[in-house]
Amino acid sequence: MLLSGKTVLITGSSKGIGKAIAILFAEEGADLVLVSRDMNALKELSVHLSETYGVSVNIREADVRNQDALKTVFNELLLGGIIIDVLVNNAGIMIDSTLQTMKEDVVKQTYETNVYGTMYASQLALRSFLRKRSGSIINLSSIMGTNGAPGQSVYGSSKAAIIGFTKSLSKELAPLNIRVNAIAPGFIETDMTKDINSKNPVTIGMRRNGKPEDVAKVALFLASDLSAYVTGQVIGVDGGMII
Amino acid sequence: MDEKLIQIIASTFNIPAASVKDDLEYQSIPQWDSISHMLLISQLESDYNIIIDTDDVINLSSVAKAKEILKKYLDK
Repeated sequence: MLLSGKTVLITGSSKGIGKAIAILFAEEGADLVLVSRDMNALKELSVHLSETYGVSVNIREADVRNQDALKTVFNELLLGGIIIDVLVNNAGIMIDSTLQTMKEDVVKQTYETNVYGTMYASQLALRSFLRKRSGSIINLSSIMGTNGAPGQSVYGSSKAAIIGFTKSLSKELAPLNIRVNAIAPGFIETDMTKDINSKNPVTIGMRRNGKPEDVAKVALFLASDLSAYVTGQVIGVDGGMII
Repeated sequence: MDEKLIQIIASTFNIPAASVKDDLEYQSIPQWDSISHMLLISQLESDYNIIIDTDDVINLSSVAKAKEILKKYLDK
C-alpha cells in the first residue's frame, strides 16, 4: 500500500474531490484527519473508512476561513502526538458570476476560502513536517486558474493565486525535504460544478467529464513516495481540455 | 532550562555549545539562517512540547530572546 504509515489531513473532505481523496487514501493505508464544516457527513464517512479499511480516522469541524479554528485543530493534533505527513488543501468554493454583477462579498468569501484557507493550513502543517524533516502539501488549483473562463474571474484568479503560492512555497521548503505541488482539475462532476454546462464533453479531448476519482489518483501520486523528487509542479487533470 | 536550551541551539546549528552566548543573533552566523531557524523552532516545540506562536517565531532573534520566550511558555 502506497500510504501505509502516513497520516494525511484533508480539508473539505466531506464530499466531492476531498471525499474521493479520503476514500482512495484510506484504501492505500493512510491514517486520516478529515476537516470540514459538515460533521454529520464526516461522521458517516469516518465510520465507513475505518470499518472498511481499518485505518484511523480523526474528524474535526472547522471552516478554513477561520484561522483560529484551524489553529486549534492543528495544535491539538500536534500536542496529542499526531504528526501529519501530508496536507491536502482541498476546501474551496466556486461562485459563478460576471465581474459586472459581482458582489464584494463573493470576492471576500472566495479568497478567504480558496486562498487564505490554503495559506493558513499550510503554515500550520509546517510544524508537523519540520518534526519529521519531510512532508507533502497538495494544493487544489483549477483549470480556471491556468486558463480562465467567462464568469470565473474571481474564482479563476483565486486558483491562479494557488499556483503562485505553490511555486514560491515549494522553493522555500525544498531544502527541508518538504514538497509542495498543485493539481489543476478540469471539468470534474461534483456538486460544485452541477450548475455549470457539463453537456459539452466535445471540448474535452477524451470526450468525457472527469470524476473525483481521476483527481484522487493524481493526489495519491503526489502524497506517496512515488513523487519523492517532484515539487513545485502543477499537474492538470482535465482529459486533454488543455494541451 | 538554560543548559538544555544551549544544547538544543548548539546541536541544531552544529556549533560548539561554548559559542552559544546571549548575544548570538539570528543571521549573525551562517549556521543560523532562515532554514535552521525553522528547525530550531521545531526542535524547541518538540523538546518542550509547546507550540510557539508566529509572533514569537519572528521575535526569537537571539539567544537572549530565546531564553525569554521559552520561559514565557514554560511558566504558562
